[in-house]
Amino acid sequence: MGPNLINAAYLLAAILFILGLKGLTSPRTAVRGNLLGATGMLLAIVATLADRQIVSYETIALGVVIGAVIGAIWAVKVQMTAMPELVAAFNGFGGGASALVAGAAAFMPGTVEGVPEIQVQTSIALSGFIGSATLSGSLIAWAKLQGILRWQPRGLGLQILSNGSALVALGMGVGYVLDPEALWLFCALCAGAVVYGILLTVAVGGADMPVIIALLNSCSGLAAAATGFVLGNNVLIIAGSLVGASGFILTQIMCKAMNRSLWDVLRGDLGEAAASSPQGDVYAGRTKSTSPEEAALLFETARIVTVVPGYGMAVAQAQHAVRDFANLLEARGAEVRYAIHPVAGRMPGHMNVLLAEADVPYGKLYDMDTINPLFAETDVAIILGANDVVNPSARDEPGSPIYGMPILDVDKSQVVLVVKRSLSPGFAGIPNLLFTRDNTLMLFSDAKKALQDLSREVRDL
Amino acid sequence: MEAFLISVTVFVLAVFVGFEIITKIPSTLHTPLMSGSNAISGITIVGAVVAAGAGENEVAKYLGLGAVVLATVNVVGGFLITNRMLAMFRRKK
Repeated sequence: MGPNLINAAYLLAAILFILGLKGLTSPRTAVRGNLLGATGMLLAIVATLADRQIVSYETIALGVVIGAVIGAIWAVKVQMTAMPELVAAFNGFGGGASALVAGAAAFMPGTVEGVPEIQVQTSIALSGFIGSATLSGSLIAWAKLQGILRWQPRGLGLQILSNGSALVALGMGVGYVLDPEALWLFCALCAGAVVYGILLTVAVGGADMPVIIALLNSCSGLAAAATGFVLGNNVLIIAGSLVGASGFILTQIMCKAMNRSLWDVLRGDLGEAAASSPQGDVYAGRTKSTSPEEAALLFETARIVTVVPGYGMAVAQAQHAVRDFANLLEARGAEVRYAIHPVAGRMPGHMNVLLAEADVPYGKLYDMDTINPLFAETDVAIILGANDVVNPSARDEPGSPIYGMPILDVDKSQVVLVVKRSLSPGFAGIPNLLFTRDNTLMLFSDAKKALQDLSREVRDL
Repeated sequence: MEAFLISVTVFVLAVFVGFEIITKIPSTLHTPLMSGSNAISGITIVGAVVAAGAGENEVAKYLGLGAVVLATVNVVGGFLITNRMLAMFRRKK
């Protein structure tokens, strides 16, 4: 295959990626879109294998087989609740692969035809930097999501260290660009970037995971785009920048949904404000607790029920129990809606995937802006393991650390049934006055068990 | 310099195309979007394959091998898991 034919194949692959992403604009066309993307990838790989630069296929075949087996097993076995961990790890792999390609390019100078030396070296440095930082940052995010890493240092010292490591890495990068023979400078650059990635993500708290995963997603794309500049390869540049844009938009959406800047998230800022806010005994004697038998009576006449899922639903693997309970209510003539806050769960869209797994039709999932005016007509709102995203303080109390964060207005419903294991605070570490409202009932239980109990009681009504 | 400018042009235009498309994707599909775009970022496999197969330099070959493994996990795992998720959305309606 001549270079023109290969480039034509790359162009076709880029078009397929764009059409594939376009398919994701609707659940109906999404599966086809994903297939188009996969076809584009296959085409790009086949075209590359036909490149005359390639003289031996053994190493490639070995790598593809190992990678395909790991990837396939992982993708087939993973539970939907563990999707944030998987995406975090895959972001890291993408970044790591780009950094390794940049490293390989550094070791074989002059192999890229038609690309000026200075562009190659600058891009090698950039790709090495972004890729290495994405790799280490993603592994930290993965370890935090897995619960392996609970350490969350914060403060000025950490910021100085992290900015310092970035500066050192960039200095090494400049040195490498000026003197490409000095490969140790490239290695030092990558080492500095690895440290930077760790220090940048280690301060991020549990509630901010959706932001950091989206950000790392963006970085893995940018690393691929930088690799495209190294090789003068347009399909890498196009695909990489599409992913970079996607991750960036998601990062923005997540930050907006928490009313926080990316900077605050990276500093782990909210935690400090929360730690100093009074915990006190705000709940003493002011919450009303209920039992499944009693709570079931609420659903005897309820016509509109809105379920508000949060991370607690994922932890309890309660999505199927939710669906069973909703089926029961629908059989009794009620309408069941699901209110999804943008940052519910630990990655963008996490709750939607879990509910889809349990066969909840996506037409019943409402986003925050659509559902908020509808709470006034809701008879019962069931809060399942969500906390900060339904805290009225964010709306009503200018002094609250989370003031200004958009919330679901569940307190506008006739009755709010909060299913929660205890009165412990959410990620933000602040008390939730929703629990003390007159129209709020607390059902202290694991989400799955509570729904099963409720189903049994409602069936007996 | 000309080649560099062409690359930058392609980059900037692709970012704009990305913004236009991604902003239209509903929040329901944001998780599949992340895993799917993750698979697309595995395109770096193209560079990995060249590094692993060019046979110019031993070190580059092994770095290329590592890159091929990581990128393939990304591509195969990413497209498979996205398909698994999207199939769940398609079952309804």
